[in-house]
Amino acid sequence: MISFSQVRKSYRGGHEALAELSFAIDSGELVFITGRSGAGKSTLLKLIPAIERPTSGTVLVNGQNIGSMRRAAIPYLRRNLGLIFQDQKLLYDRSVFDNVMLPLAFTGHAYKDAARRARAALDKVGLLAREKANPVTLSGGEQQRLCIARAVVNRPSILLADEPTASLDSTSAAEVVEMFRSFNQVGVTVLIATHDEGLVQRLNPRVLALKQGRLES
Amino acid sequence: MSNWLRQHWQTLVLTLRRLGRSPGATLLNVMVIGIALALPLGGYMLLQNLGAVAHRVAGTPQVSLFLARDADKADIAALEARLKRLPGVRGLRFISREQALQDLKQSENFADVLSALQTNPLPDAFVLETAGGAAELEQLEPQLKALPKVAHVQLDSAWVKRLESLLQLGRTAVLILAALLACGLVAVTFNTIRLQILTQKDEIEVSKLIGATDAFIRRPFFHLGLIQGTLGGLAALAIVYLCTLILNRSIGELAQLYGSDFRLSFFGPGDCLALLAFAAILGWLGAYMSVSRHLSGIEPR
Repeated sequence: MISFSQVRKSYRGGHEALAELSFAIDSGELVFITGRSGAGKSTLLKLIPAIERPTSGTVLVNGQNIGSMRRAAIPYLRRNLGLIFQDQKLLYDRSVFDNVMLPLAFTGHAYKDAARRARAALDKVGLLAREKANPVTLSGGEQQRLCIARAVVNRPSILLADEPTASLDSTSAAEVVEMFRSFNQVGVTVLIATHDEGLVQRLNPRVLALKQGRLES
Repeated sequence: MSNWLRQHWQTLVLTLRRLGRSPGATLLNVMVIGIALALPLGGYMLLQNLGAVAHRVAGTPQVSLFLARDADKADIAALEARLKRLPGVRGLRFISREQALQDLKQSENFADVLSALQTNPLPDAFVLETAGGAAELEQLEPQLKALPKVAHVQLDSAWVKRLESLLQLGRTAVLILAALLACGLVAVTFNTIRLQILTQKDEIEVSKLIGATDAFIRRPFFHLGLIQGTLGGLAALAIVYLCTLILNRSIGELAQLYGSDFRLSFFGPGDCLALLAFAAILGWLGAYMSVSRHLSGIEPR
């Protein structure tokens, strides 16, 4: 489903974020990407939705080569991915409900259908009662759950989360992780980048440990 | 197709709601565009009305032939026969010098002057009407001048031609004004859209990240440009219409003094629609330029 082979990514100025990275993730896997900050976790996650392109090597997502993908094809790739960003990127000029409606606006759903899906997603993360609230009024854990609702509303086959528990207390973090687990159980491939070792140990999942842009064995 | 229409409909609703949320700014923008368009539009309307008047007055072009003082009855009869044989002559009227004097005496302004004169200074004259237009008369002019005992040929269409060329000058001026203010309109839209893109920077960035196509992101801005242009066009029409109403009150009084029922007439529905389309296209153009310039700068990292 996702395969990296000999992927190198260096930024302008010569900083090498990823070097000679090769791995493959099958459909339905739950994978943690660990490593200290600056190890290349975020860069790895950004390569999959083509936010960044590899400097060399090949990144394949659902059989599509990210490196050579046309600009116009990128939106359609991203619609099949659920993205949860480190800085959340919620929109504070609209309600919780409208935040979740955003991804459905450009897939051409009729309003009724879209609203039904959005409410289903909000229900899944336990925020249905807050649909009219502004995201600012939500707690940190609720905001993170809202991000998850927005990521899954299009029913993606792959979920990518960058440090989803970073700013959460341990209870909220456990809730969020539990949510990822439940999506994984219904067949969604889940990639989570984290530096939270405790979280990883508790779940005992497959781990890709990064160190200075390379896989630690 | 229905999907495409639905997306446009949703965008339209969204754009209108956004405009409604900041009525002050919207009104100001619409007013700026409206006034800018109203200037050339009003000028165009005045010219159209003047042109119509000139056309009505110049409906039957005439030539006056003034005869030499020494022309006697036989000369006049010979001339009349020759004039009647000219091609395209529709009407021929002889005005004797005595009759001309009588006519002139009727008007108060000249009565005093004329009674002081010992002799009649006026010549005999023919007034010639042709079926053709002013251009044909002009062709006829040298022929008429060459006729015996003809002292002077006066084309009555001359002043109409002068008016016509004045109107032409006015039209050119209005056209230049329209072109300049059209650029202004594009600039206003360009700036409005730029500000709108800046305020929606976050939304654009997130939308790009979660799979919105460029076309989808651009669409609301095109709608905004179109709507703003169209509203500006409506404002311009309203301004010019109100001005026409106000002017017509004074014009009515003035025209009455001249025994005329002249009134400024407003544009027909076709002209109004053309203007609205023009304004909408300019709005769209401003939006297009702004979007091409500013949207590519927002690339998520």
